[in-house]
Amino acid sequence: MDLLRFITAGSVDDGKSTLIGRLLYDSKSVFQDQLEAIEKTGQVNGQINLALLTDGLKAEREQGITIDVAYKYFSTPKRKFIIADAPGHIQYTRNMVTGASNSDLAIILIDARKGVIEQTYRHSYIASLLKIPHVVICVNKMDLVDFSKERFDEIVEDYKNFASDLDFKGLEFIPISALNGDNVVDTSPNMSWWKGKTLLGYLEDLEIEVDETKHEPRFPVQYVIRPQTEDHHDYRGYAGQVRSGLFKKGDDIAVLPSGLRSKIKSIYTYESEVEEAFAPMSVTILLEDEIDISRGDMIVTDKHQPIVSQDIEAELCWMDAKSLVPGNKYLLRQTTGSVKSAVKEISFRIDIQTHEKLESSQLALNEIGRIKIRTAKPIAFDSYFENRGTGSFVLVDEGTNNTVGAGMIVGAY
Amino acid sequence: MTTRTRLSHLQQLEAESIYILREVAAQFERPALLFSGGKDSITLVHLALKAFRPGKFPFPLVHIDTGHNFKEALQFRDDLANRIGEKLIVRYVQDSIDQGKAVEEKGKFPSRNAIQTVTLLDTIEEFKFDACIGGARRDEEKARAKERVFSVRDEFGSWDPKLQRPELWNIYNGKIHVGENVRVFPISNWTELDVWEYIKAENIPLPSLYFSHKRQIVWRENVVFPVSEFVTLDSSDKVEEKTVRFRTVGDMTCTAAVESEANSLDDIIREIQTSRTTERGSRLDDKRSEAAMEERKRGGYF
Repeated sequence: MDLLRFITAGSVDDGKSTLIGRLLYDSKSVFQDQLEAIEKTGQVNGQINLALLTDGLKAEREQGITIDVAYKYFSTPKRKFIIADAPGHIQYTRNMVTGASNSDLAIILIDARKGVIEQTYRHSYIASLLKIPHVVICVNKMDLVDFSKERFDEIVEDYKNFASDLDFKGLEFIPISALNGDNVVDTSPNMSWWKGKTLLGYLEDLEIEVDETKHEPRFPVQYVIRPQTEDHHDYRGYAGQVRSGLFKKGDDIAVLPSGLRSKIKSIYTYESEVEEAFAPMSVTILLEDEIDISRGDMIVTDKHQPIVSQDIEAELCWMDAKSLVPGNKYLLRQTTGSVKSAVKEISFRIDIQTHEKLESSQLALNEIGRIKIRTAKPIAFDSYFENRGTGSFVLVDEGTNNTVGAGMIVGAY
Repeated sequence: MTTRTRLSHLQQLEAESIYILREVAAQFERPALLFSGGKDSITLVHLALKAFRPGKFPFPLVHIDTGHNFKEALQFRDDLANRIGEKLIVRYVQDSIDQGKAVEEKGKFPSRNAIQTVTLLDTIEEFKFDACIGGARRDEEKARAKERVFSVRDEFGSWDPKLQRPELWNIYNGKIHVGENVRVFPISNWTELDVWEYIKAENIPLPSLYFSHKRQIVWRENVVFPVSEFVTLDSSDKVEEKTVRFRTVGDMTCTAAVESEANSLDDIIREIQTSRTTERGSRLDDKRSEAAMEERKRGGYF
């Protein structure tokens, strides 16, 4: 059994919470006591309000909106699913970025009556920026447009025109009604013209990229295990999670940023020694030579090494009320490392509606732009395009300790 | 696609949880693992063995004993700590009551669940813990579904769901000011079924409470409730003997049993797969109001 992580995005009132409720309900993932709880709370037009299954906070139930990312879990005999339910409000862009950062797929909802709107642009742009490999556009509320094939085709056409400059590996469209359950889990008798899969069918059958070994081997050192006991006097294990690729016993390796070299002596999991470790295994690696390695260093194989630099160019989503301006200093956290950094330049800000690059002296809350940043020490990284694991970073404000920026590395400058 | 380069969903969850535990060890000065002797914290201990052996745990196990715990769970707790040779710290809610810091609830269903928070916060202060690892899962309850893996609490232990740090990729930000602490939930993404399947796959021992046994019970609010010295019975309560097991183990005053014949892990997994109620459906503390868990968490509950 494998795991698919996906995010749902859509404007307020596009029926996102209803869709998730419907997925859970029709796949029989809702428990009796949860149903009783929402039945008690109220019904809409004689139907259970499925949206109540997802809005977990008091304020959300009071206002009928989703404030923060919630994670939901369900499974079918074919697959396990983790849903990041991200709010659609414009002021919560950072929450969508948060949910998107770990997703293999994005579901973007469009109201069949309204068609492609501003928010659709924003959500699609974020999905593309975060390099979510697969996007499925659910044209919802088909019941309110008489299940019209023409209307659906029109929206698909509009969307394709708009998204032509966005980069998705897979893009699908499905006409649904979340409220009534058409094409969500069960095939809709109201849309006999639809020959494609239901949403759940699509989610179950989608081939997600599983062969992490075709990526370059990257192992950020997380923690050094040194028992210093009689039995393990000289034991010095480098613990971490393989971020990408495959490491084998006997591999020649380099440690970055220092560039020191050695060979993998052995790889351990808790129970036993293993011959190889691949992403996303958490393991402990022992090396032939005693070299100085600490948390934040990256073990890589000799070939195809990442970039090592202090000068980084990146796309940045700004998440703090206090705007980002050049000259500001932040703690930059990338893989397991942490280094002081200074923002040198804002190259441009992106208008998410038009994808236009605008000249700008600052990035305000929820804005996205291109920046140049210098770190106090060199760090090892790949471009986010090639490796989400080693090409991503966050900025931390050392005054408030808050996570204020999400960065995707373009390269060194 | 080769199976060699593919982890099953349980292996993926395990790898993620070990990564989170090591992040705690690396980012904090004085972490602790909150350990109750229940299945989720037992799973955490097992994951910690995987994360840190052959080294020692970089944190003690800490139990806030309400004084209303099942003796089977307490025995198991002590045995486990002994067996793995790790430090166990126990602090007692009774002490907080005796010191006048916490007030026992009155009424027919008194529970020490809420005042447990007082003892927990005192313990955090006593040892200056900056991170407390807990076994909560997001599938348990709707307020939990909103919580981050690294959940920052202010100096009063409070959670503000509207002011959570964004948590991106697998970069966890554990930076805090003095006096604040972080609650860390390494098995956030596991479901109840995942935990059981993992316990079976890894052959992890559990307290006998989880398996079917005969027990004296009374019916309360449509749930099967264990009779103990901590429960006040009156003439309307009819004591019966039933074959039951526990799906979740908390205080004896708020944990209900379920009627069940399941006495092996396979039976339990089958039972959970076909169950129509959630695990917390048997927790009276959650039934008190629609936002019971959220309110408790805001107040510093783990």
